[in-house]
Amino acid sequence: MEIIKTVNLQKTYAESAVPVRAVNDISVSFDAGEFTAIVGPSGCGKTTLLNLIGGLDNPTSGEVIIDGMNLYSLKPKEITDFRLKNIGFVFQAYNLIPVLSAKENVEFIMNLQGVPKKERDERVEKLLEQVGLKDQMNRRPGELSGGQQQRIAVARALAANPKFVLADEPTANLDSASTNNLLDIMLKLNETENTTFIFATHDSRVMKKARRLIELDDGKVIADKTN
Amino acid sequence: MILSIAWKNVWRNKWRSLIVIGAISLGLLGGIFYLAFTKGMAQQQINTAIHSYIANIQLHNPKYLINGESKYAIPSYRKIVDKIKELPEVQAVGARAVSQAMASSAVTGAGVMINGVDVEEEKEVSNIYSKIVDGGYFGTKMKNQAVIGKKLADKLNVRIHSKIVITVQTLSGDITYGAFRIAGIYKTDNSAFDVSNVFVEKKALADLIGMDYQNETTEIAVLLKHNNMTGEVLKKLKNIFAEKIKNGEIVIRPWNKIQPVLEMLNNMTIQFSFFFVMIILTALSFGIINTMLMAIMERTREIGMLMAIGMSRMRLFFMILIETVFLSVTGGAAGLFLSWLAITITGKTGIDLSAVAEGLNSLGYGSFVYPEIEPEFYFMIGGLVIVTALLASVYPARRALKMNPAEAVRHEA
Ligand SMILES: Nc1ncnc2c1ncn2[C@@H]1O[C@H](COP(=O)(O)OP(=O)(O)O)[C@@H](O)[C@H]1O
Ligand SMILES: [Mg+2]
Repeated sequence: MEIIKTVNLQKTYAESAVPVRAVNDISVSFDAGEFTAIVGPSGCGKTTLLNLIGGLDNPTSGEVIIDGMNLYSLKPKEITDFRLKNIGFVFQAYNLIPVLSAKENVEFIMNLQGVPKKERDERVEKLLEQVGLKDQMNRRPGELSGGQQQRIAVARALAANPKFVLADEPTANLDSASTNNLLDIMLKLNETENTTFIFATHDSRVMKKARRLIELDDGKVIADKTN
Repeated sequence: MILSIAWKNVWRNKWRSLIVIGAISLGLLGGIFYLAFTKGMAQQQINTAIHSYIANIQLHNPKYLINGESKYAIPSYRKIVDKIKELPEVQAVGARAVSQAMASSAVTGAGVMINGVDVEEEKEVSNIYSKIVDGGYFGTKMKNQAVIGKKLADKLNVRIHSKIVITVQTLSGDITYGAFRIAGIYKTDNSAFDVSNVFVEKKALADLIGMDYQNETTEIAVLLKHNNMTGEVLKKLKNIFAEKIKNGEIVIRPWNKIQPVLEMLNNMTIQFSFFFVMIILTALSFGIINTMLMAIMERTREIGMLMAIGMSRMRLFFMILIETVFLSVTGGAAGLFLSWLAITITGKTGIDLSAVAEGLNSLGYGSFVYPEIEPEFYFMIGGLVIVTALLASVYPARRALKMNPAEAVRHEA
């Protein structure tokens, strides 16, 4: 089942002396339950594409259709709300609110969504268990390792009960052991909960585990293979 | 949860926040204490005036107030005095004969008010007797004793036992004079008063100007047990003597009508110090704005992440606003507490200004000041701090809202 489709998506950064076509006419679609990596060299437009899919930026032209709805036809306020309810985000770093504990970080997004306290508590517990950090739940991000922080970020992304999770270079700051651990957790979530993951990465460790690789170069899709 | 994040955010950069909190609390301490000090000084000045001579309330013949001639006296004053003494708030009542006069020594002369007082009675009403710096408050065997201010004594170049000549107008309009001997020299906190007030025994003055001092008097001074009873007692007296007031026999005035300048000056100084507090708050608001801007710039990526995961702009705005309020209110609370502490302590012990008292005395201020402030004032300042914080939060919060999440999350920390 298709959940995301981009139609002739284009993003040009015009501010620079030579306009940069970071995303150049990309039409691609994603199905529910995918475990996909958007790959390519640095500067090829991965982040820009991911941000456009995630409703964080405005395309120069083209459309992003999510569940049949044109995302950028919404007002900015509605897009924010849409992100809150439908999209999970994991970034390379600074994912967590440093003044909150791991548990509170995961809970925060449900708090924004207005989920009642009791349900929040139950979900937080389950999610932290799934990412294997239940025993660390009262620690603040600063007291956790980079890998642990990313696992909390994954739990936070899932707490929103999103349609899909966008992860931009989630492993860039992690050593191999943490990377594998994080990927295994995400793969398992993908298999057991059918959570859709879309990565932007140039990490070969991620590429190896991804089921579909979309290769970009200069803002264009140059390959789209399923392993 | 947003509240708790905002509060914790305040303490992320402990030192920076503590510096702002310190600045706010010291700024407020300075402003509020200055205000309390000014008010204490004002109150002191009023108190000095009330206790050294004018008392809380005075009664006169209305015509006397217009002409200043002692022939316009209050007739049958004893009945009036007795009635006034019945009021429980009244501490003491004094009936005085007052006249404009010229006091001359061998050297020079000076225009003065000559106050004929019943010595024992006057001791209850005014505290001049306790301000004697040379000689005594009457009580010598001499005939026609006078007690004069230090400043006047210096001006006339006279000492204890010196003779001065008092020239006055009699009730019938003739000019007459009498010789008086200086029995005592007083010095109050108000040198303008000292230079222009001479005290003699009521009988001596009455004899000179031809007043029936057993029945007539120029001025009745009413001292109350507490200054704040003035308004209430004034009302009562106006009721009791409604008939006489209507007939134009007497007029009753509180201290602030007798010396309006006293109250005006005080209100002005208080208003000025209030203005001063506002300036301090304005200055502090720049510090608050700056700190919050720094905090937000440092957290660009975090704010980008918050927007990305779906925190609405309104919530973000609210979070920054609350953080600003928390920061400011913590400083405000500390400042109010410090002010309260400082004012309570110095309000009890007083602040000794005798080092600079000479200059202050000429303005009618005492050398001990007891800072004071109405409790409502703390709430008012507290409210102002919150308003300041709210205003100061707008700019940083708007800066945060202007961030584009896609760019903010890319931002290099
Ligand atoms: N805000 C921006 N302004 C101008 N150029 C930008 C901006 N963001 C990204 N770019 C450019 O767009 C291109 C694609 O960037 P990006 O999507 O970050 O690539 P990737 O994530 O694959 O490294 C790069 O050439 C980059 O320099
Ligand atoms: Mg990138």
